[in-house]
Amino acid sequence: MTQEDPVTQTDTMVNVAPIEIAQRRERPQSTAARETVFDIQNLSVSYGKAPAIKDVSFEIYHNRVTAIIGPSGCGKSTFIRTLNRMNDLVPSAKVEGEVLYHGVDLYAPKVDPVQVRRRIGMVFQKPNPFPKSIYDNVAWGLRVLGMKDNMDDRVQHALEQAALWDDVRHRLKKSALGLSGGQQQRLCIARALAVEPEVLLMDEPASALDPIATSRIEDLMHELKNEYTIVVVTHNMQQAARVADMTAFFGLEVLADKSRTGILVEYAETDKIFTQPADKRTEDYVTGRFG
Amino acid sequence: MATTPPNIDPRAAVLFQTDKRLRRRRIVNRLMEALGTLASLLAVSVLVIVVASVVKNGWSAFSVDFFTTSPSSSGFGTAEGGILPSIVGSFVLVLIATLVALPIGVMVAIFVSELAPRKLADTIRLALDVINGLPTIVTGIFIFSVLVLAQGQSAIAGGLALAIIGLPLVARSAQEVLRLVPSSYREAGLALGAPRWRTILGVILPTSLGGILTGTTLAIARVAGETAPLLFTCSLAITTSVTWDPREPVQSMPLTIFTSAEQPDPSFHAQAWATGAVLLGFVLIVSLISKFFLARSRRKLAR
Repeated sequence: MTQEDPVTQTDTMVNVAPIEIAQRRERPQSTAARETVFDIQNLSVSYGKAPAIKDVSFEIYHNRVTAIIGPSGCGKSTFIRTLNRMNDLVPSAKVEGEVLYHGVDLYAPKVDPVQVRRRIGMVFQKPNPFPKSIYDNVAWGLRVLGMKDNMDDRVQHALEQAALWDDVRHRLKKSALGLSGGQQQRLCIARALAVEPEVLLMDEPASALDPIATSRIEDLMHELKNEYTIVVVTHNMQQAARVADMTAFFGLEVLADKSRTGILVEYAETDKIFTQPADKRTEDYVTGRFG
Repeated sequence: MATTPPNIDPRAAVLFQTDKRLRRRRIVNRLMEALGTLASLLAVSVLVIVVASVVKNGWSAFSVDFFTTSPSSSGFGTAEGGILPSIVGSFVLVLIATLVALPIGVMVAIFVSELAPRKLADTIRLALDVINGLPTIVTGIFIFSVLVLAQGQSAIAGGLALAIIGLPLVARSAQEVLRLVPSSYREAGLALGAPRWRTILGVILPTSLGGILTGTTLAIARVAGETAPLLFTCSLAITTSVTWDPREPVQSMPLTIFTSAEQPDPSFHAQAWATGAVLLGFVLIVSLISKFFLARSRRKLAR
């Protein structure tokens, strides 16, 4: 992390007062012009007999950052992984309800999960670059998807978008595993952006990183939402307040048979969630009174 | 109570105290250490004795000619010439076995660890273990009945018998290595919109290549010394000269040891020992190579 530039360091110092930053940053406030990307309707997911989330319904909007917050075990990760069908990898996972992507149900019989993931990219909690060179990490997805024209330009553009180009331009052929954690995560973002998705899902993208690297990822989300729709799961409420336009608060509910499941408690503009939550549970959580 | 050194803080004095239970614990500890060391020494000394006797008994037969010429019988019933045809023959046999067992073994491993549902995977694993436990002479008879009865003996038949023995070794070790590949690589590949097979070929296999080669080289070392499966499949070499033709039965080092050891003249016995030494040396070199591959792949995965 020694190579981070001084600008970001001052940035983190300002971050001591996170809510102020969140308010300082401009947000598109009008509700009229927003376009729906995901329309989630009565979504329930269970693993075997254990329910993970139940009856979740809300809309995710184009070119916005949507944060999913909530306590551990409330199904945040499960939810975000249903948005690009990564849960297909878990044999026992069962999905009910609809996830409409521009009006088409992602779980309709003829939908190819490989094509879904091509349009809806994902960045994971732990940076997971391939054990290949920096260049090949970005180029691999392009090659696989047949986007072979202007390969060098595409790789450079993706690395620039992820604010990593200046760090790595002189060592593109070196192993990606030699990068710092924050750089590795930005490389994973570059890798996801290179194949030109419409949506970027981020599952706690900064939870394994130090504050400086975290702040760079957050800055990045702000840049990227001009071109992409971003959904981010985070444990960190300040992070949600800083980066998100819309925030969904997931909570836990105890069912009749004593099993616990995640539910959507409240979904609204981030400012509203943090300053005037409609639900008591949201208020308890965002003010730190959550038991 | 043991003797406590003078002028010590009473709170530290407890460190020098001892009682019956503690003493017993120490004795048991020493005893177990001694037994463990003894057992290890025994195992190593067996190896040393075997290697020493093989080299000592075979020493008289070693010469440049031993490695570079074909055997020829003198008129007096003594061993003449070298074992070049056996070295070449063993090479051909092992090559055939590797060419068959490596790709099939790796594909089986990929199927079992990446694609198959759990129950099927468990069944295949069990089947591989059964093949691994199959007496090698049975493997030889099997190949004899399906191939040799119709086609006659050949290096291909012998190599296939060896491949059956090597297959479970390759498949099992490849599976273990594939399990070590972090599942985050699989997720990353799929999240990019890559089909499963591209992720396997492009990311998972390259990552685990070193480990797969380790298992393969160990299988080669094991298979190169097999004698029983060759008895029915590749033992009737027509010529005593070098042959590379896989359609012909070739000579091989294990069988050369077997036949030479049964000859009456001591010069043949020396040749048998010397051939054994060559085989031992080969296994040693191959094991070292496999260690190298393993270290390399560990480094790759660890960083």
